[in-house]
Amino acid sequence: MHEARIGTAMPVAARAPALMPLEVRGLAYEAGGAALVDGIDLTLTAGEITIVLGANGAGKSLLLRLLHGLIPASRGEMLWNGSPLDRMVRARQAMVFQKPVLLRRSVAANIDFVLAARGGRDAARRDALLHEVGLSDHAGQPARLLSGGEQQRLALARALATRPEVLFLDEPTASLDPASIVKIEQMVAAAHGVGTKIVFVTQDLGQARRLAGDVVFLSRGRVAEHSPAEEFFAEPASEAARDYISGRIVI
Amino acid sequence: MLSLRVSLTATALACLIGLPLGALLAVARFRGRNALLVLVNALMGLPPVVVGLLVYLHLSRSGPLGFLGLLYTPTAMIVAQTILITPIVVALSRQVLDDLHAEYAEQFRSLCLGRGQAVFALIWDGRYSLMTVGLAGFGRAVAEVGAVIVVGGNIDHLTRVMTTAIALETSKGDLPLALGLGLILMTLALAVNAMVHGLRVTAVRYAHA
Repeated sequence: MHEARIGTAMPVAARAPALMPLEVRGLAYEAGGAALVDGIDLTLTAGEITIVLGANGAGKSLLLRLLHGLIPASRGEMLWNGSPLDRMVRARQAMVFQKPVLLRRSVAANIDFVLAARGGRDAARRDALLHEVGLSDHAGQPARLLSGGEQQRLALARALATRPEVLFLDEPTASLDPASIVKIEQMVAAAHGVGTKIVFVTQDLGQARRLAGDVVFLSRGRVAEHSPAEEFFAEPASEAARDYISGRIVI
Repeated sequence: MLSLRVSLTATALACLIGLPLGALLAVARFRGRNALLVLVNALMGLPPVVVGLLVYLHLSRSGPLGFLGLLYTPTAMIVAQTILITPIVVALSRQVLDDLHAEYAEQFRSLCLGRGQAVFALIWDGRYSLMTVGLAGFGRAVAEVGAVIVVGGNIDHLTRVMTTAIALETSKGDLPLALGLGLILMTLALAVNAMVHGLRVTAVRYAHA
């Protein structure tokens, strides 16, 4: 059980071509007549952990939802290794939300639900996942009685249960304690280590430095900058990013 | 206890039909959904005698289902009450599950769940709130007199239930008996409610917060 790993062995990938790279051209989302994100051009490749940074309202969460297909784009084109974002592609992705949405069931049942929905109850795998996130002792407890950090670890384990090839995380460690943050970062790094593409939204610059391979910086609904992490943190190209990193308040 | 048997069976049937429909209405978005919601809500106020009359028309000897010979049987009464309270179950469960769905929708979409999977998951996770919905249906069924008297006929030892007996005794002038029956009926309803409430409180304590 201890050597059982999460996020490994992608049976889908064996048959279908890889999901990455992702090509986005002119992506926009409008609501109430205003463009909340607009003119998004982006190329994400396999391999790096992509960190999405930006002020509140810059469109980070919205971009993630568009890429994952939770909401339809108003304009633009998105190709996952040449394929449009259909159900088949979406099923090979998973997402962890800022506020974990757990079913009103036991911890174990939350994992079982996803495994069953994907065509296979697997008690051994469920136990391995719970062990990985350190929740083995809580398997029988109601999921909603867990602490915030435990809930988010369970949400991450549940996302990994689908063996996603792309994992979106929307500020998963906001308002968690340091121990939970470390645990979640370890799990994300482990998933990345076995080939899962990570797209991670955060407001925590320290976390961004720890994890980032490349950084997408959003400002007012547009991609202000997309560069390798060392470059971005050493010398941001855009003024908005310089202000953001230095903590200067810009209105 | 024919009253209990008829009304509990009708409640069970109405839940069987109504809960999936209510959940489906909570999950699905389609043209005319709002009109359908208004219709279902309006059907909650369906007059029992009208339901009785409609069922009577279908089950009577000359009706389309007359060959079944169901008129003036407990089965006919169950059918009538089921029709009466199914809209209640649909409308109330839709409201309860709407809130739950609002919370789960993004997660379900992220998991690429099918509509059937979402409906079943909502009903299961909302099961304790849905008990109250079942109770509302049961309360309506056990209290009504119009539908059962039209299709049942209030035949002694066969289709006489508490409410029709009370109506009969009242018209005969035996008020003490009618009042006594009324008290028994209310006690029964109280007992059923108390049982479900107890079940719910215990179950919620063990299942979730």
